[in-house]
Amino acid sequence: MSGRDEPIVLGIETSCDETGIGLVRGHTLLANTIASSMEEHARFGGVVPEVASRAHLEAMAPTVESALAKAGLRFSDIDAVAVTAGPGLAGALLVGVAAAKAYSLGLGVPLYGVNHLAAHVAVDQLEHGPLPKPSIALLVSGGHSSLLLVPDVAQDVISLGSTVDDAAGEAFDKVARVLGLPFPGGPHIDRSATSGSGTAIAFPRGKYDDGTFDFSFSGLKTAVARWVEARTAAGETIPVADVAASFQEAVVDVLTRKALQACRRYDVKDLLIGGGVAANSRLRALAQERCDAAGVRLRVPRPGLCTDNGAMVAALGSELIAAGIQPSTLDIPADSSLPITTVNV
Amino acid sequence: MLVLALDTATPAVTAALHDGARVLAESTTVDARRHGELLAPAVERVLRECDASLRDVTAVVAGAGPGPYTGLRVGLMTASALAATVGVHAYGICTLDAIAFASGRTEPFLVATDARRKEVFWARYGDARTRLDGPRVDRPHDLPGELPVIGAGARIYAETIGPDRVADPEYPSAGALAALAAEHLAGLTPERAAELARVPDGRIDSVEQAIELAVLGPARPIYLRRPDAQIPGAPKKVTA
Ligand SMILES: [Zn+2]
Repeated sequence: MSGRDEPIVLGIETSCDETGIGLVRGHTLLANTIASSMEEHARFGGVVPEVASRAHLEAMAPTVESALAKAGLRFSDIDAVAVTAGPGLAGALLVGVAAAKAYSLGLGVPLYGVNHLAAHVAVDQLEHGPLPKPSIALLVSGGHSSLLLVPDVAQDVISLGSTVDDAAGEAFDKVARVLGLPFPGGPHIDRSATSGSGTAIAFPRGKYDDGTFDFSFSGLKTAVARWVEARTAAGETIPVADVAASFQEAVVDVLTRKALQACRRYDVKDLLIGGGVAANSRLRALAQERCDAAGVRLRVPRPGLCTDNGAMVAALGSELIAAGIQPSTLDIPADSSLPITTVNV
Repeated sequence: MLVLALDTATPAVTAALHDGARVLAESTTVDARRHGELLAPAVERVLRECDASLRDVTAVVAGAGPGPYTGLRVGLMTASALAATVGVHAYGICTLDAIAFASGRTEPFLVATDARRKEVFWARYGDARTRLDGPRVDRPHDLPGELPVIGAGARIYAETIGPDRVADPEYPSAGALAALAAEHLAGLTPERAAELARVPDGRIDSVEQAIELAVLGPARPIYLRRPDAQIPGAPKKVTA
């Protein structure tokens, strides 16, 4: 199949606070529309599950309509529906899965319940074309930090390691709070860090040389808080930019180091970075530097495709169809802890 | 007229088809934890049972609660998405109204359903078609005294309210929901039908708004409780 003959897939993503609707044809992106409830969560300093679930229910119909309008399509043009079945917030996932089942049933088209993490990997094909087999994928966001070996995103994804405590994005949020920067912390730390020095303060790098592909950011977060508290108690001004830059450096140093170790260990020449933290400028720069030195090709989707979105779900649905994978049944559950080894349910 | 009705505001996952005169097919499964898994197959089943296609459906109606929110949203989301694909309106009806309607009672009574956290969602009715007060959420011993109480909330708290007040039905039926909707949809002008289905901005999360609801309204949930969430204070110190 190629070009206009490829099926049009509607992708639905509701695993966290973004109601993401995507439309793709094969590897071609037709629309990627997002309604976010982030503003409603900001004052709570983190995503409130019930607030997110309520927002998904309200945003679904208008977001689907606006995606269809953007792509110049009607409901009857949709050939398949793909939806994030997990992992994610249970109540939030359930709204998306219910919508997807109803669209599938109502349109008489197949349903694909897919893994959110695999979708983060598949989305890059919309921008950079077919994913080399195998690839290594580093997925970093407020909800997950995972290192994956991806022989084939449609049917074979292997977990090499993941965070043992906080997700990378969560550490950004918590450190931002300590520094008095707004939620979500990632973009604010990134911005503040540009005027600071990444080597000003030697913060600890958890699991740096432990020989695994797991991460740990909880100790780092605590070290930053302790450092700031000590200076505050002594009446000193906090050098926010230096703290932000040094913290950020510690995170991206570990992330990129382990990602490239994985490339070496499995003799893989292509590294993909996805998830919201992939938007971090220092992560991109250091990853590029280390990939160049190691002869590894780096793929990072543009920011709008890195953060949670519907196009990534549609992109994986498209892959599953191309691979001839059986559609899901209408009784599939939303699984908040769906393992990465389960690409589709 | 072919009304597809569904309700997931209680442990009962229920779907039915009604042709304006009678219930053609109905499915009810009681499982408080699997609304998302059971509902779509139930809709498929009732359609197949009367050899109907979704294309034939002229309106979709969902129980709007109040009810435990996670399950409640499954029904409303399903109704609104199904209606959109077929190009018909989706409506919501207060789930307690549907339970009241199913009772066929002609004297005053209460409807109470399980709100969890040792509370009930309840409303007071003059007869099967007339809501006088509610929906509200309260503790069972705060329910107005003496009137008979129908709905699962009555059974769960039979000790508190008095076993002799407990009456049927226990759960809403989509058949009754569909029949109630059909009664209200009959004779509506297209303009009025569209107006009733239009979803306004914002959520119903105050008792006042919920009480003002018309029997047939937009397919959106009646929440009655605000999300549990604390606005954080200053970050906790990590050093003692
Ligand atoms: Zn994600």
